Amino acid sequence: MSEIIKGMIAPVKLAYTMNAGRASSRFLRGLYAHKILGQRCTVCHKVNVPPRGVCPTCGVPTEDDVQLSETGTVTTFCVINIQFDAKARELPYACASIILDGADSTLFHLVQEAAVDQIRMGMRVRAVWGPTPLYSLESISHFRPTGEPDAPFESYKEHL
Amino acid sequence: MRDVAVVSFAQTPFVRHTNSNDAELVMEVVTAALDRAHLPRHDIGFCVSGSSDFLTGVPFSFVAALDAVGAWPPIRESHVEMDGAWALYEAWVRLQHGDIDTALIYSFGRSSLGDLQDILVQQLDPYYLAPLQPDPIGLAGIQANALLDSGRFRERDFAEVVARSRSHSQSNPNAQLRKPVQASALLDAPYLAPPLRKHDCSPISDGAAAIVLATGDRARQLSKRPAWITGIDHRIETHSLGARDLTRSPSTERAGKEAGATKSALDVAELHAPYSPQELILKEALGLDDKVSINPSGGALGANALMVAGLVRIGEAAQRILDGSANRTLGHATSGPCLQQNLVCVMESRS
Repeated sequence: MSEIIKGMIAPVKLAYTMNAGRASSRFLRGLYAHKILGQRCTVCHKVNVPPRGVCPTCGVPTEDDVQLSETGTVTTFCVINIQFDAKARELPYACASIILDGADSTLFHLVQEAAVDQIRMGMRVRAVWGPTPLYSLESISHFRPTGEPDAPFESYKEHL
Repeated sequence: MRDVAVVSFAQTPFVRHTNSNDAELVMEVVTAALDRAHLPRHDIGFCVSGSSDFLTGVPFSFVAALDAVGAWPPIRESHVEMDGAWALYEAWVRLQHGDIDTALIYSFGRSSLGDLQDILVQQLDPYYLAPLQPDPIGLAGIQANALLDSGRFRERDFAEVVARSRSHSQSNPNAQLRKPVQASALLDAPYLAPPLRKHDCSPISDGAAAIVLATGDRARQLSKRPAWITGIDHRIETHSLGARDLTRSPSTERAGKEAGATKSALDVAELHAPYSPQELILKEALGLDDKVSINPSGGALGANALMVAGLVRIGEAAQRILDGSANRTLGHATSGPCLQQNLVCVMESRS
């Protein structure tokens, strides 16, 4: 026999203890308490969310926590037509990049309570908190349209 | 060749568990290293880091750590999935290109988040060795046994390495294990992986380190007493442990020769030996005599943040020149099981 071996089983399992660090821990505790916290940079004065304890643009530490509005604007979005997450969702659904009022960086989240063909750039949305507080962005169930007029493109064009 | 020097070095205190995330750790050392050289962030010519995603279990974790550098406007950046000592080697090569004159090197490692005994198995040959799950302490124990069998050293020699390291780490505020110990008392401790005892093994540490390199006149501007790199080389041995003489380190020997380690007298050698017997092997491979001060920082037996401890050895060796307490020093870094891969960096002051 000179059959070439083309595969072998080599199971690997590695377990980790997560440690979010100081800034992210404050952000996650905030979500648990239904607050969205960002951090303001002392150099460029921009508010980053989620905060990581540093300003990624200026490379300086950020300690100045800012509570952000629960409302924001969809800067861009995509409609998902296939199941790929472990959590099955009703198809199709939309995921959007959202700039919260008062923030200078965008968050990604689901936009629901709207038909996917109605979701658009500039749409105004509000966070809907889930039934169970979590140390996770999933503490927010999704964002829903507020019904306000769309934000002008000029107001979010730098966040695309 | 362009003349390249270490102009500043910074490290965090090393601890069993840090409360910081990677970006927060990196921020601390990058800020300190740049401040010491009075170098503004936007003046960095090249930035390169060393770390491993296997430690945090997060893919592309070095990208998040880059937040601490401020990558806007876009910067020249690179990363090695290795100890920061190899990032420093890349920076040294990059500086030879001639178009830039400064480089920032940093590395970070949180060894506390996973189980190193499992994680380090993943660096072994995946076909014949990794499936057997030999843990790193077990492999170091095999190496230590071979060293005893060679007749060159006794367990007492291992204990003396530990006692000397601890007496040094006592005065290093960044070291994790700082309690002095007596060699004779150590021999009464129980075995962990015979002939290794717990104190023969480096601790599990979290922390980060950063170094700034500069060329020629720029180095003289940024530091009163730059640590000029007169030789740097790294060599690797076969993946197959069974094909190696584990009691010798030919890769260290070769790297040391290429880097000119023993061309003239060394004041200090910082050797990255995560297990006490390895320091004896390295000392022989580099031909170091008893006049050389070995690991005045306490070495890896005082703190061993994975991916960081090698860069710290170079930083500690450079620091002796920067602060005027030595004229010629050597920093060594190792990677892989049983000293598989080794890097030697020789530095000198110049009047």
